[in-house]
Amino acid sequence: MSDALDTIKLSNAQIAWRAAQDIEDGAYVNLGIGFPEMIATFQPEGREVIYHTENGVLGFGKAPAKGEEDWDLINAGKKAITLNPGAAFFHHADSFSMVRGGHLDLAVLGAYQVAENGDLANWSTGKGGVPAVGGAMDLVHGAKRVAVITDHVTKKGDPKLVERCTMPLTGVGCVTRVYTSLAVVDIVDGHYVLLEKLPQISFDDLQAVTGAVLKTGETIADLVVPEV
Amino acid sequence: MDKTLPSLSEAVAGIGDGSSIMIGGFGGSGAPIELIHALIDAGPKNLTVINNNAGNGHVGLAALIEQGRVAKLICSFPRSADPKVFTDLYLAGKIELEIVPQGTLAERIRAGGAGIPAFYTPSSYGTDLAEGKPVEEFDGKHYVRERWLKADFALIKGELGDPFGNLTYRMAARNFNPLMAMAAGQTIAQVSKIVPAGEIDPEHVVTPGIFVDSVVQVADPKQEETLNREGAVYP
Repeated sequence: MSDALDTIKLSNAQIAWRAAQDIEDGAYVNLGIGFPEMIATFQPEGREVIYHTENGVLGFGKAPAKGEEDWDLINAGKKAITLNPGAAFFHHADSFSMVRGGHLDLAVLGAYQVAENGDLANWSTGKGGVPAVGGAMDLVHGAKRVAVITDHVTKKGDPKLVERCTMPLTGVGCVTRVYTSLAVVDIVDGHYVLLEKLPQISFDDLQAVTGAVLKTGETIADLVVPEV
Repeated sequence: MDKTLPSLSEAVAGIGDGSSIMIGGFGGSGAPIELIHALIDAGPKNLTVINNNAGNGHVGLAALIEQGRVAKLICSFPRSADPKVFTDLYLAGKIELEIVPQGTLAERIRAGGAGIPAFYTPSSYGTDLAEGKPVEEFDGKHYVRERWLKADFALIKGELGDPFGNLTYRMAARNFNPLMAMAAGQTIAQVSKIVPAGEIDPEHVVTPGIFVDSVVQVADPKQEETLNREGAVYP
């Protein structure tokens, strides 16, 4: 089953592409460091999106050319960035006021596990080492929508969408939508609601690799993503 | 009024063993590398350091840690491209770590500077980092009580400074610096240029001089990122 999934599942870039399609024109968006940063690459033509980075910039743009970096101008992942017209700088307390104060339209994070009640585990495997939380526990609170992008299952094939997280929580009841390598799922009133799935996988096979019940609405749309 | 000092060594001379020190910056951006190196030269130890990170490579905060001067670190994200200095000491049990969510860290520092001893935040509710902290419900949602954070000293980095201690910052190097300036007993700022009073347009002052005790000029400040790409090691 796991091998079969590997042949049909979306790549990370394709998951990012799918998530980018739902970001509306004019949205204020924070993309978590790592995988979620890729979403900006796939911003649809004609939409203006204002990206927030928690280290104090609104309205940043693409990475600079190699050799053009200014290390006073970085994002939360400590990567060099450029500014778009209309950008603004601010200190960290203002930055997190934008986050917790409900001013962002969307925050997108990665996940180790997401639970059907909206709990998210994405900061610690709980297995020792050096703990590091960064802004994750703040970013899950306040944005109008908190989305997760993730593989549908772990490398071992275990479900990442579960009934209750077993790994240390980042936040409780915070996730509103999950974009996976197989499906798009909303979290509504403590349950997963399947919105889209890859046409190559049956509902039963998708349910089999999901750790909690997938409810369905009237229709399940095909998750169709171009090669990117 | 003249808060300017002629040298980095004079700027850090008052920092003794056991001090708590807020150090500005987010990664290398806004990190007062030269002030940190002067602190290494000055020699105080058993320090508690408050910074977003735990240093990178073998310069700046990482060098201070590598020299064994830091007993405790309060930060949100002690990982970096080259976190070996902190990681080795931490895993060997030789440095204490308090992990604070980044927004909570910023707000605790702001609160410390603003005379607010505690506040409630949604961040960390229901997680391991809220353990032992009071929780209260407001309008149907749960919030965790967090305490203010203050320090004996703040080492910060600005762009322009004047004799009154008024400061501007450069791009995203602002980050924690203005907050830390408010929350420390003594705030020491390194700036790229000291200008005469009146040269910074009052409309453009980011940190008013009331929060700053001394200003020292470092004309061409080094970037942690640049130093690390050169493989620099301090001292």
